[in-house]
Amino acid sequence: MPPALLLQLNQVQACYGHIHALKGVSLEVRAGEIVTLIGSNGAGKSTTLRCISGLLAPRSGEILWRGQAIHGLKPHEIVARGIGHSPEGRRIFPQLTVEENLDLGAYLERDRAIVAQRKGEVFELFPRLAERRKQDGGTLSGGEQQMLAIGRALMQNPALLLLDEPTLGLAPVLVEALFETLQALHRVGKTILLVEQNAWHALQIAQRAYVLQTGVITHSGSARDLANLDEIKRAYLGE
Amino acid sequence: MKPRLSIIALTIAALAAGAALLAWPRSTWPLLAVLGVLFGCLTLNHHKPLRFAIALALLLFFIPAAGTHNTFLFELVTTMGIFAAMSLGLNIVVGMAGLLDLGYAAFFAIGAYTWAIFGSGQASEFMSGSFPLPGWPFFYTFAALAVITGALTGTLIGLPALRLRGDYLAVVTLGLGEVVRVLANNLDHPINFTNGPQGITPIERPPIHWMLKPLEALGLKATPALAYSIFFYLLVLAVIGIVVLVNVRLDRSRFGRAWVAIREDEIAARSMGISLTHTKLQAFATGAAFSGVMGAIFAAKQLFVSPETFTLLQSITILAMVILGGMGSIRGALVGAMAVTLLNIEVLKSFSDFLIHLRQTGFVLNLGIASYNFANLSDQIEPAKYERMIFGLILVLMMIFRPSGLIPERRHRLELGEPKKGACQDTNGGACGPA
Repeated sequence: MPPALLLQLNQVQACYGHIHALKGVSLEVRAGEIVTLIGSNGAGKSTTLRCISGLLAPRSGEILWRGQAIHGLKPHEIVARGIGHSPEGRRIFPQLTVEENLDLGAYLERDRAIVAQRKGEVFELFPRLAERRKQDGGTLSGGEQQMLAIGRALMQNPALLLLDEPTLGLAPVLVEALFETLQALHRVGKTILLVEQNAWHALQIAQRAYVLQTGVITHSGSARDLANLDEIKRAYLGE
Repeated sequence: MKPRLSIIALTIAALAAGAALLAWPRSTWPLLAVLGVLFGCLTLNHHKPLRFAIALALLLFFIPAAGTHNTFLFELVTTMGIFAAMSLGLNIVVGMAGLLDLGYAAFFAIGAYTWAIFGSGQASEFMSGSFPLPGWPFFYTFAALAVITGALTGTLIGLPALRLRGDYLAVVTLGLGEVVRVLANNLDHPINFTNGPQGITPIERPPIHWMLKPLEALGLKATPALAYSIFFYLLVLAVIGIVVLVNVRLDRSRFGRAWVAIREDEIAARSMGISLTHTKLQAFATGAAFSGVMGAIFAAKQLFVSPETFTLLQSITILAMVILGGMGSIRGALVGAMAVTLLNIEVLKSFSDFLIHLRQTGFVLNLGIASYNFANLSDQIEPAKYERMIFGLILVLMMIFRPSGLIPERRHRLELGEPKKGACQDTNGGACGPA
């Protein structure tokens, strides 16, 4: 029996003004999976995540979370249901300390003991953040800021983690380390929907993948199969 | 200066200034020295208990003791306190949550009218019952009620904030603030709620006969006027104490963090599960509540309210206090309120008097190569008349030389002189991931 279906998008369409960004996207994420959404710039990858987390209201179609419709809910209601979003461009709070950033991640959790415990887990995953807990977020390096952005999303203890371009702007050695971290998260049972430009890497660690092109899903399937498709290799893997 | 050295200097200065104020309660310099020491108590960063003790000694001993010889001292510090509560309230909205509100005086007006209408004969114009309500216990009841009416109005005026940002929000709050004033001005017909432009007077004060005995025991000729000066002074100090305490608690709470988060980055804040609607309205309501309670106290203290007190200029003055002090900083809001109030009602006036004095005595300034006889000084030159101009000049200079205010908020200090690093690319190869 396949693992439980967590998230399901059915024919989701979305617009920014007159720009038709998503033209009917359907995908699903099951518990414990890393699913990656790859595609070129402007294909609608971030828009898909923004629709899921409620930052953008879809124009039509439905988004089901554990079988219940969540499209049309406010972002904070969706976070409360267990979907954590680490948005594009990291968006940490540069004026707040590392610790304050993490505390904000656990905004909806009122139990301080649980917050402290999760913070401990994040510090275990990213020891660099523990060293810099009193430092302002803006003074961190790009890699550390990315750790903070992921750590902050993990503070929500989400059942599904939406990661938008976590490797953007990182040095190659940091990209390697980041993907190792994502695999470590996968091993402890986290479910991740990963949006990446770095398609080769994403396909290495994901179980399943979707290819998005100008608002339409063109390919889907197991990550290994997609990585071997000639068109994918040509278009996204640079071979 | 070393921490220890500066705190010793502050203690000596406090004693000297306090003694000078007792010796010359009517002259300006000792007063300025005392206020300077209070500034010092707020600006220094160490020896917190000692600084607190110095401030308490000045506020609870030296100023009241000198004030019995010169009630203007009470008037000045009470006014400072009233404005301090408002600048702390506006600091939550503008400084912490980053919502530019130009109609803040409206909440002060709501609080003032809350007590003015029922604490005078005004209420009998539109409802039956015996008015004015007696000062005891109703003044206190209505001061508490003013917190609620202030918060409710804050929520109403905050509603447009849910859809607007920055300049647009400023324009709408400016308009809504004016609506409150215009309503106060025109609600004298068809039913007379506010008595229109004539304002409402006299307004009941809480009874203070219980204060007369202790004052006489201290060897004071306790006239009601003096007793009321002391009463409102102590009342405002107490309320300020509470307001500061609430602000400090809020700053460290999840509310405070949520306010800062929406100020810094709305999208990130929403991704954290922060509801923009609730958080913004909470900021508006909390900020307005402080203003409301001070409005009720102000009405009782002045015995008179009229729409003229609650103009746009008043809102701008309070905003200037927040900006001058340092947006988002609690100590900054206090310092800003003290500085602006002092400037408005003491420094410029003293300077005017000084110039008039020079003109009348025909003082000759001799600089060796040139001399100037002050008797020739035009009587148009009177700094008190140019209050706003000088005030504007100070603000412009502040924005150039100290854009984050006198006491910048910790979270804002980073901006001073440093480039924004929020969007920097990683080049230093810091390790990432599990070590």
